[in-house]
Amino acid sequence: MSVFVLRRLLTLLATLIGASLIIFLVLDALPGNAAQMLMGADASPDAVRALTVKLGLDQPLTIRYLQWIKGLLSGDLGNSYVYGTPVAGLIAERLVLTIPLAIMSMLITVVLALSAGIYTAANHNKLGDVGVMSLTQVGLALPNFWFAILLILLFSVRLQWLSAGGFAGWDDGIWPGIKSLLLPAISLAVVQAAILARVTRSAVLEVLREDFVRTARAKGLGKREVLWSHVLRNAMIPVMTVMGLQFANLLAGTIVIENVFYLPGLGRLIFQSIANRDLIVVRNCVMLLAAMVVIVNFVVDVLYAFIDPRIKVHDL
Amino acid sequence: MSDPASAPLIAVDNLGVRLNTSRGPAQAVRGVSFALKRGETMGLVGESGCGKSVTALSLMGLLPDSAVVSGSIRLEGRELVGLSDAGYCKLRGNRISMIFQEPMTALNPMHAIGPQVAEPLRRHKNYSAAQARKEAIALLDRVGLPDAARRVDAYPHQFSGGQRQRITIAMALACEPDLLIADEPTTALDVTIQGQILDLIADLVEERGMSMILISHDLGVIAENVQRMMVMYGGTVVESGPTNEVFRRMGHPYTQGLFRARPRLGAREGTRLRTISGTVPELADLPAGCTFSDRCPLVEDRCRAALPPMVEVGPGHNVRCLRTDVSMADHVGALSA
Repeated sequence: MSVFVLRRLLTLLATLIGASLIIFLVLDALPGNAAQMLMGADASPDAVRALTVKLGLDQPLTIRYLQWIKGLLSGDLGNSYVYGTPVAGLIAERLVLTIPLAIMSMLITVVLALSAGIYTAANHNKLGDVGVMSLTQVGLALPNFWFAILLILLFSVRLQWLSAGGFAGWDDGIWPGIKSLLLPAISLAVVQAAILARVTRSAVLEVLREDFVRTARAKGLGKREVLWSHVLRNAMIPVMTVMGLQFANLLAGTIVIENVFYLPGLGRLIFQSIANRDLIVVRNCVMLLAAMVVIVNFVVDVLYAFIDPRIKVHDL
Repeated sequence: MSDPASAPLIAVDNLGVRLNTSRGPAQAVRGVSFALKRGETMGLVGESGCGKSVTALSLMGLLPDSAVVSGSIRLEGRELVGLSDAGYCKLRGNRISMIFQEPMTALNPMHAIGPQVAEPLRRHKNYSAAQARKEAIALLDRVGLPDAARRVDAYPHQFSGGQRQRITIAMALACEPDLLIADEPTTALDVTIQGQILDLIADLVEERGMSMILISHDLGVIAENVQRMMVMYGGTVVESGPTNEVFRRMGHPYTQGLFRARPRLGAREGTRLRTISGTVPELADLPAGCTFSDRCPLVEDRCRAALPPMVEVGPGHNVRCLRTDVSMADHVGALSA
């Protein structure tokens, strides 16, 4: 076990270093000078040069890279070119929204998808299976922003249960915050749940065809018992892989839904920073996202080993 | 039961199984009848697709939901055809157990072997976890798994094929069933292991007074391990009788063909293996009369008219053939296939 985790950790570290290099080089290779962009096209060359020195952009590439890494490790990400405030603070402000939103949305996804996937697999080719699978087909085809607007029409405009947008924050307790994230979380979850339900169904069906399922039935276990005690754990490997990808996507790719609900999330911060050429914010946000994706994958890998005893031995 | 020694443990009468295959509905088994007394052993022989596994699975109630079973299966007089799945669950692994062909895939790779062997005990005998574990170790020890007490928490992938088959045997025997069905238990194993596993099964059957149905395509395995045998072809029984009787005077051209097709030690180099010409018919389109008629060297027009009846050719020895006068007229070897 420990060897397995250690090897995975080393891979994680190497991936992060690679990602940081690529992010740094790509953003550095972008045409245009950040100082020039900030001061506008009419600024005097002297003023632009002064700002360049002030931002440290005149330093050689390797020095700037190392300074950035040093900052990352010490938690000092520098100041935003545009707002002048620390980047770490800007990101933290957004994370208190983005992370709870991702977790809520993932929970809804998992509950919907596992129940639908297991139900349909257990009732393979029966009416319930066909019905639920048609629903997931609809879920796959729905653009989530359009579904979000329908939700707003129903729950905010018609029923007036929930607000149509904005984020209440966590200052007044946990409930107002959760309430304001509920509709966005559902909108994000619907499409994901449709995908995950299909993955779950086919994974369970595949395991149901395995010989050991017949062995378990031959021991006198009922169909339901076999499903819970023998099939699900075996079916979880592909399901968890997709879950990991979906969670990473929820952390980074929610900008459309953030815009529909006026949520100040990480996606909007990145979008605005790109528009403003606030490259120091962009660079750190992208690094953060890369790190989260890598860490989610690491967690999924370790979970594999917990679920499947064969993985520990082979040290994948 | 007033006289458990003579009353049949299991009595199968005119069993028929209709399956939905990709090529349409097929009568996988028809008109299969036999009775097995407590402690009696019977072999089921035939090529792949002849209906022997389907027969076994219908005894276990493990056919797919779409299968239609007709006829009667009685366990100590109690009718099993039409029994609910919940009712069958009380019998499976408890009174009737089954060992499958593929030990490599028959065990759940995610669970340690101990709990898998203990599962029938927990379920049928309400053993506590500790009791069941103790019993599982004893069972694993009995089936010859080395170091059972230590390896009870190991996972299936840590065992060899032969060891895994021992584990599935332990599992099948956990609740001391009355009837053991062994479906090609050694086909997937190395030849050297095959003998050990068959000996183990024979010992356990003897020791516990179980009845056994041994399914195999290997006549040698059948000859050495069972008292009676049934030869199946195209979903019907073509020959049945006491094993030594059948081997002494094979009546059905198919049985004779199977016998000649077996590989032999000491044959001259370059001697070709005898085969039965033609291929096994699809169950979806069996010939109208005798199922073997398309491949039979002795076929006549009347063979194709209707399924021939069983003819008694010796004490308890029956053959489903119209031409036993020819097929049994002379020594088996004299026939030209």
